[in-house]
Amino acid sequence: MECLRPYWRTTLAAYLALLAINAVALTIPQFIRWIVDSGIARQDTDLISRSVLGLLLLALLKSVFTYFQGCWTETASQNVACDLRNAIHRQLARLSFSWHDRSETGQILTRAIQDVERIRFVTGRAFLRIIDGLVLVIGSSVLLLLINPLLALLAMATMPLLAWRAMSLGRRLRPMSLVIQKQLGKLTARLEQNLRGVRIVKAFAQEDAEIARFARANRRWFSLSALTARLQAFTAPQIDMIANFSTVIVIGYGGYLVTCNQLTTGELVAFATYLGQLTVPVRRMGNIVPAVALAMTSGTRIFEILDTLSEVTDAPDARPLPPVKGKVIFEDVVFGYVHNHRILQGVSFAVRPGQIVALLGTTGSGKSTIINLIPRFYDPTAGRILIDEHDIRKVTLASLREQIGTVLQETTLFATTIRENILFGRPGAGEEAMLAAARAAQADDFIREMPQGYDTLIGERGVTLSGGQKQRVAIARTLLRDPRILILDDATASVDTATERQIQIALEHLMAGRTCFVIAQRLSTLRKADMILILEHGQLVAQGTHAELMKSSGLYAELYHQQERAGGL
Amino acid sequence: MSFSFGSTGSAMGPRSVMQSFGRDSAGQAIDPRILMRLLAFLKPHKARMFAALLLMLISSAFALTSPYLIKIAIDENIAGNDTVGLFYTTLLMAVVFVALYVTTSLQQYLLSWIGLRVLTSLRARLFAHLQALSVSYHNSHIVGVTISRVISDVSVINDLLSSGVATIIGDTVVLAGIVAVMLSLDISLALATFAVLPLMLLATWIFSRRARVAFRQTRQRVAAVVGGLAEDISGIRVIQAFAREGVSSDRFEEVNRANRDANIDAMSLSFIFLPTVDFLGVLATATVLWLGGIAVARGELTLGTVVAFLAYVTRFFQPIQDLSQIYTTMQSAMAGGERVLELLDTKPLIYDEAAAVDMPRITGKVEFRQVGFAYQLDRKILRDINLIIEPGQTVALVGPTGAGKTTLASLVARLYDVAEGAVLVDGYDVRMLTQRSLRRQMGLVPQDPFLFTGTVADNIRFSSPRATMAAVENAARAANAHAFISALPEGYATKILEGGVNMSQGQRQLICIARAILADPRILILDEATASVDTLTEMLIQDALQKLLADRTAIVIAHRLATIRKADLICVMANGQIVERGSHSELIARGGLYADLSLRQ
Ligand SMILES: Nc1ncnc2c1ncn2[C@@H]1O[C@H](COP(=O)(O)OP(=O)(O)OP(=O)(O)O)[C@@H](O)[C@H]1O
Ligand SMILES: Nc1ncnc2c1ncn2[C@@H]1O[C@H](COP(=O)(O)OP(=O)(O)OP(=O)(O)O)[C@@H](O)[C@H]1O
Ligand SMILES: [Mg+2]
Repeated sequence: MECLRPYWRTTLAAYLALLAINAVALTIPQFIRWIVDSGIARQDTDLISRSVLGLLLLALLKSVFTYFQGCWTETASQNVACDLRNAIHRQLARLSFSWHDRSETGQILTRAIQDVERIRFVTGRAFLRIIDGLVLVIGSSVLLLLINPLLALLAMATMPLLAWRAMSLGRRLRPMSLVIQKQLGKLTARLEQNLRGVRIVKAFAQEDAEIARFARANRRWFSLSALTARLQAFTAPQIDMIANFSTVIVIGYGGYLVTCNQLTTGELVAFATYLGQLTVPVRRMGNIVPAVALAMTSGTRIFEILDTLSEVTDAPDARPLPPVKGKVIFEDVVFGYVHNHRILQGVSFAVRPGQIVALLGTTGSGKSTIINLIPRFYDPTAGRILIDEHDIRKVTLASLREQIGTVLQETTLFATTIRENILFGRPGAGEEAMLAAARAAQADDFIREMPQGYDTLIGERGVTLSGGQKQRVAIARTLLRDPRILILDDATASVDTATERQIQIALEHLMAGRTCFVIAQRLSTLRKADMILILEHGQLVAQGTHAELMKSSGLYAELYHQQERAGGL
Repeated sequence: MSFSFGSTGSAMGPRSVMQSFGRDSAGQAIDPRILMRLLAFLKPHKARMFAALLLMLISSAFALTSPYLIKIAIDENIAGNDTVGLFYTTLLMAVVFVALYVTTSLQQYLLSWIGLRVLTSLRARLFAHLQALSVSYHNSHIVGVTISRVISDVSVINDLLSSGVATIIGDTVVLAGIVAVMLSLDISLALATFAVLPLMLLATWIFSRRARVAFRQTRQRVAAVVGGLAEDISGIRVIQAFAREGVSSDRFEEVNRANRDANIDAMSLSFIFLPTVDFLGVLATATVLWLGGIAVARGELTLGTVVAFLAYVTRFFQPIQDLSQIYTTMQSAMAGGERVLELLDTKPLIYDEAAAVDMPRITGKVEFRQVGFAYQLDRKILRDINLIIEPGQTVALVGPTGAGKTTLASLVARLYDVAEGAVLVDGYDVRMLTQRSLRRQMGLVPQDPFLFTGTVADNIRFSSPRATMAAVENAARAANAHAFISALPEGYATKILEGGVNMSQGQRQLICIARAILADPRILILDEATASVDTLTEMLIQDALQKLLADRTAIVIAHRLATIRKADLICVMANGQIVERGSHSELIARGGLYADLSLRQ
């Protein structure tokens, strides 16, 4: 409910309007009765005409209040929902890679959409209703106690029972709705995975298996939801029934009192009427309790995301990293993605500013892992990484990443125009800079050949481009940043050798004097490197220049000769 | 081939969705066709629906009895000092309340059950339909937007179908009863009351004209929110690597705010509409009071009739108010329903012809005959492709990026249909075969190695779900993946995280190769299958593949020419055409593009 705080003015206004509506709504029947009694019964046509006009005015007033109350409530609750979603997005942007590794898009989407919606529903209506109800309950109870304390106590004897049922409904509903929301998340995740992997599903003609799998998750969601629906359908009206029983008590016992002359009929009727008023908000509880219970589980699920602390954050005393020269030092770095499964075991090396460093090693040896540590996508378990003498954990993330340009091994582009994709590297960049980056990445030619050139819309993740085209757009995007440290993780794996060669030439100009980390499988890339690091099972087994390694490292020489034999370097 | 971004206005990217306002079809109130089609989803549950309605009527009857019983208790028992009678009346009241509870509960449960059932089966239908749609559909639709259709648009419809329909029918019945009673009491007063109805219809008409657009917009905007969020999640690593958290959050907030405003707009409309209906109700009461009052004054009516009439006027407007409440629900459901039906109505571009036959066991001859292809009409990707691959041959496709290699290979699996010419497998035009029988005999390792969430074994087994563990391991061995998989903490049971992020890129490719091998394909397509794999591992895979491919046809795409040196035939592609073909040595000798590419390595 904290979330309503910024909107307390609207909420308060809505509440006041609600009070006014209640007042008018209570007056209208009285007014009608008065018209009947004093106007029609006395056949005073003048009074009738005037009071009918008055009635219409009252009704108009009520409608206007209803309108504003509705709008204000809606505005407040929509704002709450909007804020929550924004908060989730901002939090997602903050959370570390390791958190995102473990999370599933489907689950996050369910929380950001369905769960937020449930909270919105409650903040909109239930919250006002609860306050409104409380006022009514207290008011009517006082009146009842004034009329006949004993009868009132008897009538209210059902209250504890009622409260107990309502509470137990809420208590039982919460764990169930948690399971249901989780299952909905699973369903969404299944769908999401299926849509993302649609090419694989099609290529292997596994549509039926996928349908069966989705149906399983779907059926499970159904049976869980049906169970909850049953609980709700059979418990919520119980609250109604219990409230009705107090009427039975009042009529029975009150009637008995009347026959004993301890109460007048008039008092009994009045009593029954007020009791009726008392049970209205109580009855509403039957609807509100489940809604609140569901909203509370949803709240838990949302705050689970919002309260997560990112594993990689700015240190409290973090300072911005000044413009770097490009010296990078790994000191005995140990790292594992998961507990007790080490990927890097004590990696140390030093790179001088402006050097080109190539990383070489078999699949899964930890090349990407090493370069992931430089922009602090992950923090090492032990050891340190220094850039220009600054421990990277002591500088702000933004200033660090701002100076590093990474082309990730897996290319991700966004579903927008090619131009916007490249400009993502540096949003303010001018057209010339953008074109220059595209040219350096050898992307300009193919982009110009497209019907809409740079304004061509590409599919999600770049699906409407060929593999090599995607990679070149990604390279252009990174080059546009003009980074001090450039990291290319297998950035030209899908690019043909001729184009790759041209990219290299362009890079040599652009990156002169900057530190460059390159991972590539083709040895031709490596000969230019000032330093080659050879990795095996997360350990640095050799380092040096091409010439040095040819002499000192058996593995390198073997790799080299094998490629030479196969391809003719 | 018609590839078009956003032929369906609401299904474009999140940013583009923002621009597609007012795709308004003349603001028609409630499209009866859509409504009927939505209602048709209730058909399988006719009996239950009927039972629920019956229960609803019974419970309203019970609800009406209790005031009557109170009246008896007060007027007769208490006034008559009849304690025994009072006891029985109160007992009866208690019984009525219990009965009311039972009928209400049952009715509520039935309605929720039906609603959930419809929801579930609608989702299942949408999912199945999405499987039938061709790859080109999926290329041009944002995943998050589709998710929003299957998950949230469907649940909006549910609100209407479950409780809405029942309330409409129930209220209409009640309304008819009240109208009859009112007419029998006094025709002229009754007609005076009904005089506000045209006004009400007018209000409804005005409301629905604008509501249609507004509610449609809420559905589009929420889809944009889901789409934007899903895209940002999938691109979160890039966003963080570029330190663009601020920009992307700002952009999301914009979409999010647009969604909020659309909702407020739509709801404001109903907040005008509902109080208007309410006001018109009081207007009717006022009319009765006024006319009735004057009639009483003239002695034409008794006071009792007017009082009774007033009570009925109030009763008359209760269901009408309920109905108008539902009318707003209906607007929302129509907007959601439209989007759901639109998806269900989208015809797959690639489907099995009625005369399609099952592909017998493939021997492996693949022929491209004068093939031309374009993803978008105005841009030809492949031109005049003529190529015959003999059974058992390994054919390599090489060439600059964007030349059309991936495209050519995907035509064999009929992921797209050719625009000109034909692709033939064993002499059958692939368009004349059932997709399933064709693709079941193919294995594809895509350029972008996609892994599903699930275990490593599940992923390898994806191509043939019933394969034994031993078969899975064998496939992994052939793909040279067994060693690293066994070294994982949980071996084959290791969970693969979303996007395969806990595997290195090369490892993902190895798993994809194992998956294709396990399919035991007659035609294997390797699209840069080892691009991210180191050369030593690649060598090992090639040795294994060579044995495996002895009697199978293979199409291999690679940039590293070492990968394809041993191919029976090498086709060099450039600009959508095959410009050179021959064996490695022939092509080197020719000194053309291939020799050029090979020199550069
Ligand atoms: N996010 C992650 N969570 C858990 N384990 C991971 C994660 N990313 C990589 N690994 C594991 O860490 C090891 C090293 O992976 P890395 O990506 O660094 O390899 P690589 O040398 O870059 O290989 P490749 O050449 O295939 O890209 C692999 O065994 C991989 O399974
Ligand atoms: N789904 C698609 N929609 C529209 N255009 C596409 C789509 N996929 C590919 N293209 C375009 O078709 C052309 C050929 O793409 P293709 O993927 O076949 O190239 P390729 O030869 O495999 O390249 P690479 O070596 O980079 O993988 C490219 O210009 C690409 O932009
Ligand atoms: Mg890697």
